[in-house]
Amino acid sequence: MTNQSIDYSPPPQKEPTRRDFLLLTTGALGAAGAACFAWPFIDSMNPAADVLAQSSIDVDLSPIPAGQAITVVWRGKPIFVRHRTPEEIKAAEQAPLNELIDPETDQARVQKGHDQWLIVVGICTHLGCIPTGNKPTQNRGKYGGWACPCHGSLYDTSGRVRRGPAPLNLAIPPYAFVKPTLIRIGTKEVAHG
Amino acid sequence: MDSVTKIVRWIDYRLPIFSFMDHALREYPTPRNLNYWWNFGSLAGITLVLMILSGIFLAMHYDPNTHEAFNSVEYIMRNVNFGWFMRYMHANGATMFFIVVYIHMFRGLYYGSYKSPREVLWILGVIILLLMMATAFMGYVLPWGQMSYWGATVITNLFSVFPFGEGIVEWLWGGFSVDAPTLNRFFVLHYLLPFLIIGVVILHLVALHQHGSNNPLGIERKEPRDSIPFHPYYTVKDLFGLGVFSLVWAYFIFFNPDFFGEPDNYIPANPLVTPPHIVPEWYFLPFYAILRSIPNKLFGVIAMFSAVMILFFVPWLDRSKVRSAAFRPIYKWVFWGFVVDCFILGFVGAHSPDDVYANLGGLSNQFLGQVTTLIYFAFFLLALPLLGLYEKTRPLPTSLSTPVLQNMNKTPAMILFLLFSVGQLTSLNASDTPPLPHQEWSFLGPTGTFDRTDLQHGFQIYKQVCATCHGLEHVRFRDLAALGYNAEEIKAIAAEHRVEALNDTGDIIERPCLPTDKFPNPYKNEQAGRAANNGAMPPDLSLMVKARAGGANYIDALLTGYEATPPKDIELAEGMYYNLYFPGNQIAMPPPLTEGLVTYDDGSKPSINQMAHDVVTFLAWTAEPELEARKRLGYKVLIYFIVFTGLMYFLMKRIWARVE
Repeated sequence: MTNQSIDYSPPPQKEPTRRDFLLLTTGALGAAGAACFAWPFIDSMNPAADVLAQSSIDVDLSPIPAGQAITVVWRGKPIFVRHRTPEEIKAAEQAPLNELIDPETDQARVQKGHDQWLIVVGICTHLGCIPTGNKPTQNRGKYGGWACPCHGSLYDTSGRVRRGPAPLNLAIPPYAFVKPTLIRIGTKEVAHG
Repeated sequence: MDSVTKIVRWIDYRLPIFSFMDHALREYPTPRNLNYWWNFGSLAGITLVLMILSGIFLAMHYDPNTHEAFNSVEYIMRNVNFGWFMRYMHANGATMFFIVVYIHMFRGLYYGSYKSPREVLWILGVIILLLMMATAFMGYVLPWGQMSYWGATVITNLFSVFPFGEGIVEWLWGGFSVDAPTLNRFFVLHYLLPFLIIGVVILHLVALHQHGSNNPLGIERKEPRDSIPFHPYYTVKDLFGLGVFSLVWAYFIFFNPDFFGEPDNYIPANPLVTPPHIVPEWYFLPFYAILRSIPNKLFGVIAMFSAVMILFFVPWLDRSKVRSAAFRPIYKWVFWGFVVDCFILGFVGAHSPDDVYANLGGLSNQFLGQVTTLIYFAFFLLALPLLGLYEKTRPLPTSLSTPVLQNMNKTPAMILFLLFSVGQLTSLNASDTPPLPHQEWSFLGPTGTFDRTDLQHGFQIYKQVCATCHGLEHVRFRDLAALGYNAEEIKAIAAEHRVEALNDTGDIIERPCLPTDKFPNPYKNEQAGRAANNGAMPPDLSLMVKARAGGANYIDALLTGYEATPPKDIELAEGMYYNLYFPGNQIAMPPPLTEGLVTYDDGSKPSINQMAHDVVTFLAWTAEPELEARKRLGYKVLIYFIVFTGLMYFLMKRIWARVE
């Protein structure tokens, strides 16, 4: 009889441990499920398949005379395509690196053999305004590149920031020369999202 | 006391949010004997939250503009990441929500949960139902398909029976027909009403917690041991219920997403053509049947509105002192009879009034609807008051903890009886087309995938045969990657087509298509299409397989169902062809497929049946490009919820062992 009564009452230590394990497993499973469930909704706010697929545009360079620039739209952003004069190239190459806010050589910002073509994303790296200077009639600032009208950042003829508050040089989009007078901006192929 | 506790105490002293939550979700004393029918309240709350969540993310992509609404829904389905998941979750969610809420209400009726002191609790529930109905109706309008448009027209016209009805209806429309202003305001209201529902749900919960839940015995709790804390007993039970419920919902999202939908709603809204059979969504069918069964516009509308409004008066119509049907031997059967009656009303609403039932002695659907409408109202106006006066109830137990009765649970038998009764109804409706022959399709069934060879062959037939007249406006060339083409092949296919564009001087030029372009339409506009085809516009094929009852089998039958010489008694109109399966048998499209029409890459010349099979497979893909990804994800989700439900079940058994 005594033995039986001991069998009936579960040991006080063992029982909670087993349920704790079940609770932990269930809790972990629930948390993982909730995280997986959240993902489709978060991902739905990312660029849709057709937006991703609009990844490349072709730009014909032949109509742009030296000293002038055009603006094309790639992924909803303005891209400055500038045909630089020899003086502008020289000024860009000779700028002392130690005076630069974001040191980078001019060679690193153009493609080899295509020194006259500077292609940059036309968005100020400070807070996203579009700098002036892409048209010859606009203010290009004292470094001859672009000048941001919002907070006065100045860029040189290599698109490098020379006066703040912008912290970085104008970004270079991915592009390649298809022909000497034709570039393709955005080379990533997305066949199907 | 650690710092978290300190912060919680500090806040709680000023804003008692934590003690409120602790009271409402943890210590809240709950009757110990609630059965599974009590799960549906929490399920309704969870469904509401999930509907709002999926709805908000869908609204980020939806465009409430009559020109773009339909296209934006297809854009969500095809381009937005997981867009098909969100849309199918939301569309099937409406169905799930009504299933749960209807069961919740039937439970209330069975156990007398509306009786004193819970009358206001019940009334708040009926208000939630009304708001849900309005929200569901306006939500169904948003995809702007044929059913959306004509549903909106019919339902808004209900208001024309009231005094100044014409004015009210034009005010609802914001015009002289359902149009852009209607769609825009329905979108705004469809977004707004769920938040009002949340408000009423909060009041519903406050009223619930005032006197606590009713229970299957229908007697008040008397001693402390009648109650158990909500957590963990009912939290774990509700989570187990959620697991089972999620399995059902996930099945429909991933494996049968259009089960509750109407094919006609995949046809863009056309204000000049009403679909031949317009039916509301299933959850409105009983009310729709009541509307139709009364052959008078005013009284039909009054009866339909009364059918919902009468629910407000249930607490006073029922004169019985005993709450639970467990102690009401007659009411128990009357109740199940009422449930069956509601099912039959739904069945009647789904069928044409002209249908007849052979196995009911040639009973017409119209008459069946009138009888069941009468029974519906008799339940509320006769059975509820009279049973309270004349029914001899059984003695009530003295406490929840010492139930006197150990009677057999008849519920499963009742449900079987109910399904059997409704299943006995088979209607005969006169049809001018024979039943569709069934074909084998690679993409059907829970594991079906598209056969890549069939797809490529089908695409070839579309390109060489169908594309001269039929567009494919929701498909982009880059989508063809799913058929097994690589980037270069897609570029070449796209370049075979031309699309209008502007050049630098503003002139319209034609340029070759890019992989990112949609398939260009064969006609510049609808007028050009009609002019070239004897007045009949060849429909776009993107959604064709989803937009016709019978789906793939129907399209296949149509393509192969031409007969050169029509039966003698048929007079073909000019320029029409005889087709066995087309409604009315006269179709403007000439037989599109002939022997030897195309040659496949392997040199074979397919038969007409083979061509039809291939092009239908291709069109099934254009209609549901997400099909394979959907089923793949579906298996993962089902496995997850099977494990989740199993674990919850064991956890529940373990926790409840203490009570039992």
